[in-house]
Amino acid sequence: MIASPAKLPGSLPDSEIRFDDLTLGYDRHPAVHHLSGTIPGGSLLAIVGPNGAGKSTLLKGVAGALAPLNGRIEIGGTAETRPRIAYLPQLAALDRTFPISVADVVASGLWHNAGLFRRIGPRDTAAIDQALAAVGLAGFERRWIGSLSGGQFQRALFARLTLQDAPIILLDEPLNAVDDKTAADLLGLVKRWHGESRTIVAALHDLHVVRGLFPQTLLLAREAIAWGRTDDVLTPSNLTAARRMSEVFDEHAHECARNAA
Amino acid sequence: MRAKRGMMFDALYNALIAPFAEFDFMRRALVGSIALSLGAGPVGVFMMLRRMSLFGDAMAHAILPGAAIGFLVSGLSLGAMTLGGLAAGILVVLLAGLVTRNTALKEDASLAAFYLISLAAGVTIVSLKGSNIDLLHVLFGSILALDDMALMLLAGITTCTLLTLAVLYRPLVVECVDPGYLQSVSRAGGPTHLIFLVLVVMTLVGGFSALGTLLAVGIMMLPAASARFWASELDGMIVAATLTAILSSLIGLIVSYHSGLPTGPVIILSTGCLYAISLLFGPRGGLVTRFIPRVHLEA
Repeated sequence: MIASPAKLPGSLPDSEIRFDDLTLGYDRHPAVHHLSGTIPGGSLLAIVGPNGAGKSTLLKGVAGALAPLNGRIEIGGTAETRPRIAYLPQLAALDRTFPISVADVVASGLWHNAGLFRRIGPRDTAAIDQALAAVGLAGFERRWIGSLSGGQFQRALFARLTLQDAPIILLDEPLNAVDDKTAADLLGLVKRWHGESRTIVAALHDLHVVRGLFPQTLLLAREAIAWGRTDDVLTPSNLTAARRMSEVFDEHAHECARNAA
Repeated sequence: MRAKRGMMFDALYNALIAPFAEFDFMRRALVGSIALSLGAGPVGVFMMLRRMSLFGDAMAHAILPGAAIGFLVSGLSLGAMTLGGLAAGILVVLLAGLVTRNTALKEDASLAAFYLISLAAGVTIVSLKGSNIDLLHVLFGSILALDDMALMLLAGITTCTLLTLAVLYRPLVVECVDPGYLQSVSRAGGPTHLIFLVLVVMTLVGGFSALGTLLAVGIMMLPAASARFWASELDGMIVAATLTAILSSLIGLIVSYHSGLPTGPVIILSTGCLYAISLLFGPRGGLVTRFIPRVHLEA
């Protein structure tokens, strides 16, 4: 492999995400409806909205796990230089009864590098140790994954994200069910990634956290209620508008007329 | 004193070694069952960890019509029956996979549908020609009648299985642990699952000449379930399962030789005994360890 030139600090133009009249959904019912906009490379964007607002669906779409019903999601770069995306789903479907060590789970973050066959060498081992230390799990290498507490487990998943070294990072409710100390540590890591000019998009519930750390916010309630500077978006009137959105699918909904326009 | 010890050795020799030293068919059976165990151990462990313990049973039924067509075409010929079994098994796996991917049916339901159709077809085909005795051969195997061809086949299948597992190990483990993650970083997930299913079919087909279609699952799943009680890491589990399979083959052969009981079922019963021992005395969560009070640690 040819060594790639060092990344210029503060510029990752290829890690931009564009939505073009995007509709995502299930069984023709939209969960994200006619969304357009651009997340510039290097952004730290929070997605906020009530349950059922389409936050997870949007992240799933960006991660490529769900095809759009309408419109497009464009990720910067050309077909060859498409940036890698690291995606942490809300409920990581990880089998925690499987007999595998914490270090091995974290090591799977090196997949982009190691692939199916390449050996995990001493340099990789050092990287794994560093990633574990960064999330406060030093010394847990040989522990069985099933023996971790909920917070420790989320820390391990963040260590794997670190090793994935992706220009775009998608986090779906990453702070669910973790205590304040863990949340603070994990947010510290998010801040570090932001400093490394990665594009970070996180679905979050805690508005306090969003106001404290995220410069940009998208308030989503199936459609974009507001999108911009966090302070401008999280106003009482916007939040009320978001809450009014109904969660249930209308079984007898008509075909959306806006497609014709 | 010396004479007494000599007698004891004689008795041991007669019980454990003589059957293999004197009879070619016993040596062949031993080699065949060891070859089978080497492949069945690791495949069984992965099946257990992927919660596919009952999948083996379904597939054992699914390969029956293939074996039956082979039997119909060329009588009790191992080659024809094996090829037929492989073809039927892989066909069912592919069809079930296709239905799972493209419809709302989950994998277990679509598999159940296809294996039941396959089984009914198999029984019908067997009944077209031959008697119930022939059917018993297919169902329960004949490990004491392994010819050169059967041994080569078993060894070939095991070699193939182990090489493939070595190549597939990393994606298989990641796919077991976190399929969503593997999907997000690689397209290897789907092919890995499919190749693994083919390995299961191959191991079953290898086993059915020796143990029969139904009992072949036993040499895969019982050692794997036993291994869970002896090892806590994946590699340890694979070694424990393989050793259990080999040991129970050995015990089964010796017991059936002396008692005159049918060999295939006795081998699986031996595996069952080892499973019961593991269940009771295994250091990793065996029942007895629960009743030994142990003081908890400081941290």
